[in-house]
Amino acid sequence: MQTTAVVIGAGHAGLAMSRRLTERSIDHVVLERGEVANSWRTQRWPSLRLLTPNWQTRLPGHDYAGGDPDGYMPAAEVAATLTRYARLIGAPVRADTTVRTVRAVPQGFEIHADDDVLYARTVVLATGACNLPAIPAVAAAVPRSITTLTPFTYRDPGQLPDGGVLVVGASATGVQLADQIHRSGRPVTLAAGEHVRLPRAYRGRDIFWWLEATGLLAERYDQIDDLTRARHLPSPQLTGAPGITFSDLNALTAQGVRIVGRLGRVADGVAQFSGSLRNTCVLADLKMNRFLNRADEWATASGLDDELPPPHRFAPTRVDPRTPLELDLTTGEIGTVLWATGFRPDHSWLDLPVRDRAGHIRHEGGVVTGAAGAYVLGLPVLRTRASSYIHGSDADSAALADHLHSFLGSRPR
Amino acid sequence: MTITDRPVDNGVNVEALLGAREALSAAPEAAEFTWRASCTWRNGTHSRSTVAGFTGLGAEQQHRTTYEFDVDHPECFASEDNGATPVEFVLVGLVGCLTAGVAAIAQQRSIQLRSVTATIEGQMNVLGILGADPGVRNGFEAVTVRFAIDGDASRDDLRALIAQSQKRSAVFDIVTNPTNVLVELA
Repeated sequence: MQTTAVVIGAGHAGLAMSRRLTERSIDHVVLERGEVANSWRTQRWPSLRLLTPNWQTRLPGHDYAGGDPDGYMPAAEVAATLTRYARLIGAPVRADTTVRTVRAVPQGFEIHADDDVLYARTVVLATGACNLPAIPAVAAAVPRSITTLTPFTYRDPGQLPDGGVLVVGASATGVQLADQIHRSGRPVTLAAGEHVRLPRAYRGRDIFWWLEATGLLAERYDQIDDLTRARHLPSPQLTGAPGITFSDLNALTAQGVRIVGRLGRVADGVAQFSGSLRNTCVLADLKMNRFLNRADEWATASGLDDELPPPHRFAPTRVDPRTPLELDLTTGEIGTVLWATGFRPDHSWLDLPVRDRAGHIRHEGGVVTGAAGAYVLGLPVLRTRASSYIHGSDADSAALADHLHSFLGSRPR
Repeated sequence: MTITDRPVDNGVNVEALLGAREALSAAPEAAEFTWRASCTWRNGTHSRSTVAGFTGLGAEQQHRTTYEFDVDHPECFASEDNGATPVEFVLVGLVGCLTAGVAAIAQQRSIQLRSVTATIEGQMNVLGILGADPGVRNGFEAVTVRFAIDGDASRDDLRALIAQSQKRSAVFDIVTNPTNVLVELA
């Protein structure tokens, strides 16, 4: 089969791109290993909700129209929304089609998908950033008697053995699962490295309203001082569950969760934690306050101070000076270790010379370096800070579709 | 921050450091460094260590001169006190590393420093190293560093300075995180 563009992945990014290509009358097909929004159906725990409010869940030509603009969508509703969107835009999705290889050929790209071979002048990689759990090497030293889980295999606390749980990682995933598991009656220890602390709401508005209004989410990748850092930042400690104001370490401490430093090593069955916890908390507090200062300055400059409740600051993160540096995993106190240590993309099927030393795809704002006609979409801070969230694909897909369109025009068939 | 006529100068060449970051990211082999010291026993608990060369930037490098350090224990440990104790060298290493970081980061953030002083303390129960109580560890129970900084910045910016300095510090990482150590007979 011959087509102008092949989009790989029918999640929010791939569908946004499909809509942009249709707008430009660019003939294409969207290949999807499962069905639309596959990861949301099969690889997320059921109670997960988006961190972003519903009103912000915008896709090209489609705004949220439901009855709860200030709510946060559960995973199943995200899947349903994307399925409706795919139908609405008439996306040419080929479901249950797994891509085996993508390689460069003189006329563009040769894509092997199951038993089929497709030829396309351009290819859009939209399989996302969260295909595999990123598990640190230290996992190999965890005693065999311990049950280990990842966010991909976790469903709910009922599947865990009795006893304590060590949650490793303090991103949104780590704090949400620590909270949920601790509420089930299993005592939780949370190992926290560098993390991003933000309140769910500030001065009566959702934090994502502030992140968008102040222009922070619109910051472009080529204007960010430390892009490597920005692209590897853990997700903010937020929860989409209703009625929760803070999902930070203080909230977990108040609940009885024990917070320890970053997991450094497991030696002879004993987990050792970094003594840097206090500093990582100070850094998180300083960064949160720096953003709140920016938010207040913006509100004043925009003349909103009369409309909004007055500025205030939150209590600093409390760190117990007697925080343990070790935890023996062989005593039976801990029954489960849950790796909430982030995710990584799976581009193992990509047979193109486009990777850097660390294995990441090299690209300029989504235009892949080293393979003309290849694009990547749906990665953190791809073009702006908003790219990390669903609505970021709105602008990103428009820019990349424009680039793709002029690429086609610059090269005769 | 006060606006001054003169550019901020803490004696740190930030352009060179940023240039190094860029150059070494492009040539990762050159970023592999090996730091070395050699030590000779003198008598009792007294030893002398020397530091002269190291490997980095893909070549053998030399300090401007050879540095010597006498290491011993104090008289209350029935030693001759010919030098600082090894644990004090660790404190010197940590506070020296953090102070260098403060200066470099202040330069990068355009904060003029007038003075930086720091005191560092490591609390230790010596029953651990004496083998008298298996429940007491050999090393520090806690380390406290207190910085006094006079510079053109708010207290929050100074707090951010010492927080960032810890984040980028080699010795802070060495002290707070486990490291594999191999000691063998030559």
